[in-house]
Amino acid sequence: MTTTVARATAAAVPAGRRRRNLDQWAAWGFLLPVTVYLAVFYAFPLFRNVDLSLRNYTVRSFVQGDAPFTGLANYGTVLSDPTFLPALAHTAVFTGASIAFQYTIGLALAVFFRQRFRLSATLRALFLVPWLLPLIVSASTWSWMLNSDSGIVNTALGLVGLGPVNWLTSPQWSLVSVIIANIWIGIPFNLVILYSGLQTIPDSLYEAAALDGASAWQRFWRITFPLLRPVSAITLLLGLIYTLKVFDVIWIMTRGGPTDSSTTFATWSYRLGFGTLLPSFGPAAAVGNLLVVTALVFGLAYIRFQRKLVTS
Amino acid sequence: MLFPVYWMLTVSFTPEQDMRKSPPDLFPVHGTLDGYRAALTEQLPYLGTSVVIALGTVVLTVALSAPAGFALAKLRPRGAGVLNFLLLAAQMVPGIIMAMGFYAIYLDLGLLQSVPGLIVADSTIAVPFGVLIFAALMSSIPDELLQAAKTDGASRLRTFWSIVLPMSRNGVVTVSVFAFLWAWSDFVFASTLDNGGAHEPITLGIYHYIGNNNQQWNAIMATAVFASIPAAVILVLAQRYVAAGVTAGAVKD
Repeated sequence: MTTTVARATAAAVPAGRRRRNLDQWAAWGFLLPVTVYLAVFYAFPLFRNVDLSLRNYTVRSFVQGDAPFTGLANYGTVLSDPTFLPALAHTAVFTGASIAFQYTIGLALAVFFRQRFRLSATLRALFLVPWLLPLIVSASTWSWMLNSDSGIVNTALGLVGLGPVNWLTSPQWSLVSVIIANIWIGIPFNLVILYSGLQTIPDSLYEAAALDGASAWQRFWRITFPLLRPVSAITLLLGLIYTLKVFDVIWIMTRGGPTDSSTTFATWSYRLGFGTLLPSFGPAAAVGNLLVVTALVFGLAYIRFQRKLVTS
Repeated sequence: MLFPVYWMLTVSFTPEQDMRKSPPDLFPVHGTLDGYRAALTEQLPYLGTSVVIALGTVVLTVALSAPAGFALAKLRPRGAGVLNFLLLAAQMVPGIIMAMGFYAIYLDLGLLQSVPGLIVADSTIAVPFGVLIFAALMSSIPDELLQAAKTDGASRLRTFWSIVLPMSRNGVVTVSVFAFLWAWSDFVFASTLDNGGAHEPITLGIYHYIGNNNQQWNAIMATAVFASIPAAVILVLAQRYVAAGVTAGAVKD
């Protein structure tokens, strides 16, 4: 009796292990396409980009295949370029201002939509439109609205007695213009995430606070805002990562100009690589890699933050 | 919030001679379809190319990410943590960087200015997102169901195909919606990898339009309206999938 049991368990162990091994093979069978895909279409382009940034590439070397290895020379070129500091400042201002306003307006709208009223669902859906539109559509619409001579924005300013502003063509306003357009594009994303965060706050809390005589403002500061903090943090971090990458809006509206006044790392990299007849791929890749590193630093912060949320 | 959209529609109907009128008419008083006529005759091929590219991207994205999501959610592969991390990190790489790498590779392979090349590049925006969405949704399928299928002698491939995939219809819709929208509105890859090609997508169509004739704003805005149609359709048909995708992609991965 005991021997049969012992024999049965002895036989069961390797069989179980074999099944587990089989499971592993099956799992990686299903994962194989994506793994190959990630290696070929993510890792390889990124590797090529690092390689580009360490060599002196010209259009000719692409054809002939001889690009001398120059080490970190491209990075030196980029760091000492007169565009570097302005681009750094513009990237910081663009990102900071964009996410601050997107978040504030998105939160205000989310709180507004929390009170259910007739047509609130429909209206909320309509607010998704700016985010679903192709960026080229939003950017060209804003370009026309901000046009110096015949734009609707300057007309409106004229009605309240303010002079026309050269939104896209003057160095002091171009960055503001692209920030305004980018805020408009980003509000729906903030609205959706913050609204879904608000759904998890129980109504009873608000009822109790109302019974205690708390004003709407107090209810917001004492209940909504603190309880929304984890969702807010994720929204802001994601906003940061997305906004660092923004290229289309700026390029279509101002091409980073006039004279670099709205150049960020993303548009600078593009201009170096594709925006002129004499591309300098090496420096372009170098700028790009600086951008990747920045995005990944914030990205890692995001992942860490999520881990902490999951474990707590 | 909706004024720019309204203004795009208004300008698309405004006749050219009224375009620089000051103050502009707040609604198209002498409405004209000239802009739409011009857009249709000049932009139709671009729209067709965009449809092909966007649909191709959807198929490729779902085909790659659904099985991977299944494996991550249900088969407990060793190394899943690393893969999850890579998928998250992949979403943080700026498109312009990917474009530069793809340019170098496509130049060697002769894939520049080709529709398949653009489909592959566009899919890189959606694939990591797709895997994470599928993994999140498929992990809610009860294990008992898969166990029952196994007991009945179904292979894993069959279980995936006949049980998991049909049950993940919401995931397929969500991922398809996003893959379609992202590929449809892609400008970075189009302008770096397909500029001057025989088949250019609508985003390049609009871009060339702005560059070539900055007088005909009604035609530019009419083209913009055409380019917005998928977004409008998706908003009407698949609104809840959009909201689900944003929140699942952001909060649950």
